[in-house]
Amino acid sequence: MILAKVLDSVVASQKHKSFEGRRIFIVQPVDAKLKVSGTAFLAFDDDIRAGPGDIVLICREGNGCRQIWNDKMAPVNSVIVGFVDEITGPLSKLVPFL
Amino acid sequence: MFLGKVLGPVVATQKYDGLSGIRFYLFQPIDENFNSIGDPMVAVDTVGAREEDVVMWVASREAALALENWFVPIDAAIVGIVDHCGDKTL
Repeated sequence: MILAKVLDSVVASQKHKSFEGRRIFIVQPVDAKLKVSGTAFLAFDDDIRAGPGDIVLICREGNGCRQIWNDKMAPVNSVIVGFVDEITGPLSKLVPFL
Repeated sequence: MFLGKVLGPVVATQKYDGLSGIRFYLFQPIDENFNSIGDPMVAVDTVGAREEDVVMWVASREAALALENWFVPIDAAIVGIVDHCGDKTL
């Protein structure tokens, strides 16, 4: 799983049937100091109710995502699985957060 | 999954058996500001995308799962057509 910052919501009316009724966000991977550290990608949000600016935890593995959705054939490989409140430890202790 | 912009159709008459009747498109992966990232790629289309559309695409194993016949050698698939991305309407 990775840390990422939610950038914006994405609306797609025409999409694969497994995606019906699910929220989509464009997210940007961040490091422990919340600095941008990778290419932006799309992730689904079912229960976390994240919004732009939030730091979230993302599962980027297809089988894990399909298990969350309970849909063995969904073409999905990134789902938001947690809302990050705080990061503690040596990598992050100097970082003012949220 | 990522954002991409459709460049144009790709036609291949000679192809793997399971891939007949499937549309292929050349597309350019793009970032959150719609700037190009890397080189164009070819994806199968599962949603009726057209040229210039901004689309959602999925790579690797998940791409084949987007098709009815999923046991096929596919590694990129267009799975949605984007209407809005934040305040950017398309």
